[in-house]
Amino acid sequence: MQNRQAYLAAAALLVGLALLGLWGERFLLYLAMRVMILAIFALGFDLLFGRTGLLSFGHGAFYAGGAYGTALCYLHLSKDPLLCLLAGLLLATALALIVGFFCVRHTEIYFAMLTLAFGMMIFSLVWNLREITGGDDGLVGISRQAINLGLAKLPLRKEGQFYFLVLSCFGLVLYAVHRIRSSPFGLILAGIRENHLRAEFAGANIKNYRLAAFVISGFLAGLAGGLGVLLESNAAPFAAHWSHSSEPVLVSLIGGLNTLAGPLVGSFVFIVLKEVVMRVTPYWMLWFGVVLLVILLGFRGGVVGTLAQALGRGAKEARS
Amino acid sequence: MLESIVHVCLAGLSGGMFIWLVASGLTLIFGVLGVLNFAHGSFYMLGAYLCFSVLRALGQNFWWGLLLGPLVVAAVGYLVERFFLRRVYGLELPYQLLLTFAFVLLFDDLVKILWGAGSLGAPGAPGLTDSVPILGRQFPVYNLFVIAVGPLVAVGLWALLEKTWAGRIIRASSSDREMASALGVKVPALFTAVFVFGSWLGALGGGLAVPYLGLLTPGMGEQVIIEAFVVAVIGGLGSLKGAFLGALLIGLLSAFGTRFLPAFDMFLTFILMAGVLLWRPQGFFGEKR
Repeated sequence: MQNRQAYLAAAALLVGLALLGLWGERFLLYLAMRVMILAIFALGFDLLFGRTGLLSFGHGAFYAGGAYGTALCYLHLSKDPLLCLLAGLLLATALALIVGFFCVRHTEIYFAMLTLAFGMMIFSLVWNLREITGGDDGLVGISRQAINLGLAKLPLRKEGQFYFLVLSCFGLVLYAVHRIRSSPFGLILAGIRENHLRAEFAGANIKNYRLAAFVISGFLAGLAGGLGVLLESNAAPFAAHWSHSSEPVLVSLIGGLNTLAGPLVGSFVFIVLKEVVMRVTPYWMLWFGVVLLVILLGFRGGVVGTLAQALGRGAKEARS
Repeated sequence: MLESIVHVCLAGLSGGMFIWLVASGLTLIFGVLGVLNFAHGSFYMLGAYLCFSVLRALGQNFWWGLLLGPLVVAAVGYLVERFFLRRVYGLELPYQLLLTFAFVLLFDDLVKILWGAGSLGAPGAPGLTDSVPILGRQFPVYNLFVIAVGPLVAVGLWALLEKTWAGRIIRASSSDREMASALGVKVPALFTAVFVFGSWLGALGGGLAVPYLGLLTPGMGEQVIIEAFVVAVIGGLGSLKGAFLGALLIGLLSAFGTRFLPAFDMFLTFILMAGVLLWRPQGFFGEKR
């Protein structure tokens, strides 16, 4: 019953987004794409943080891996957008595999500090290897070429065209993350968060499970980074900085930890709030600080958790 | 060559002392409260800005700023601990980390609102603006002063913790919170006191940095907190001795890196941090938790 409702809600969301893509104006589409890209980033991140209980402060590095892989492929190898995205995904996943291999040896604060260290290492490379990465300028001038399908070409140049590529990725990721969460693998991840000793005694090699969650989240961060480059037409070094790594943390918390809807709601609130606040005042961080405080002190379930609680209470009262 | 190396060492030592002042408060707070305080760099930044404002209001006298600025920050620290941090002690670690992170966001913008987003030029410290020749090259007296203050603070902290009654209580609560509480230590009040003192130390570092940097920018707290994290991790979370030696190591490493390997200066710092975490997660002097 609940499952069917969730599927209906997801289908309605995707159909609504598709309709928006057909009739929305350019700026609206741009915002919607930013929300979806951030949601892809956060969906992967929450698999690691909300689901497995590992707080990473270095996922900006994998986002940057996807971004720079895509941009470098475009500038040096091929201008085919799908090929470029693939290159970005490869780079991000390879980075996540290497970094994750070391990081999953620790948990809690040591894990957070290790991911911070590795993330900043990658940032310093991006910042200093000017010949390859363009240093503080980043890599610019990446335009969206048409996807070549052999018989026909699929143009992406306009916002309204690229929008459907982002939407397809978003839909696929949403489905994949849902499947992962309900799979035995996803249940073991939750078990590791709840009690890693018990999970270990049950026979799970928890390091491998943690690493798998880490790599999946790195892969999705890379996808977000690659799409971000195609959207903004440049790759910027601060994507790898720890302050960017804190973005999915905020998004997961605002939306609600360890839920499928949480990262979606969180991304929506994050982007919209940022846009609205930035119109009134340049000090959007101040307001995010306040929102974060309110959530941490009063509504730790985030938007989704709090709503679910309120609805649950309402349903109970209606029944009695 | 020799004099160049001596000067790089001196630069590294003075740079390391600022990291030490920030890392000492961070370490003290982590050792007693068990909270890794992201906002500690913001206290450093607030200390610098408040010192600047006070010295401006009181006729360009830096010493008044250094005295009063950190006291205001200590009061801010009191508010943060008493009304916010105290409410999340029972929660998991990420929540505590994120609560302090919220204050990083808050204070960063608050500084921009109160003092402007651009950088501010600051005057030198009266009496210490000269340079002295060392091996044929000029070296600022103020930097020598900073190199002297760092160890003084270290000795002061050591004496406070090892030789006084308050220090004994702090050490007791740090090693076993429940036992200390059972023996009549008012742990919540102690936590507040340690947090306030730690904030004051961070702000003192910020105040001292005003003439050293000669320039205040709103991002100065974020840079220093990451360095302080590195130092606290290398020395061992919760170990003051480790933080002191770690700060010297990072200060020197980064001075030599800037001089000889400018492209990999930051990389070296973080690879050292990652290496220590992997090889000895408790750091050089920390206890395994």
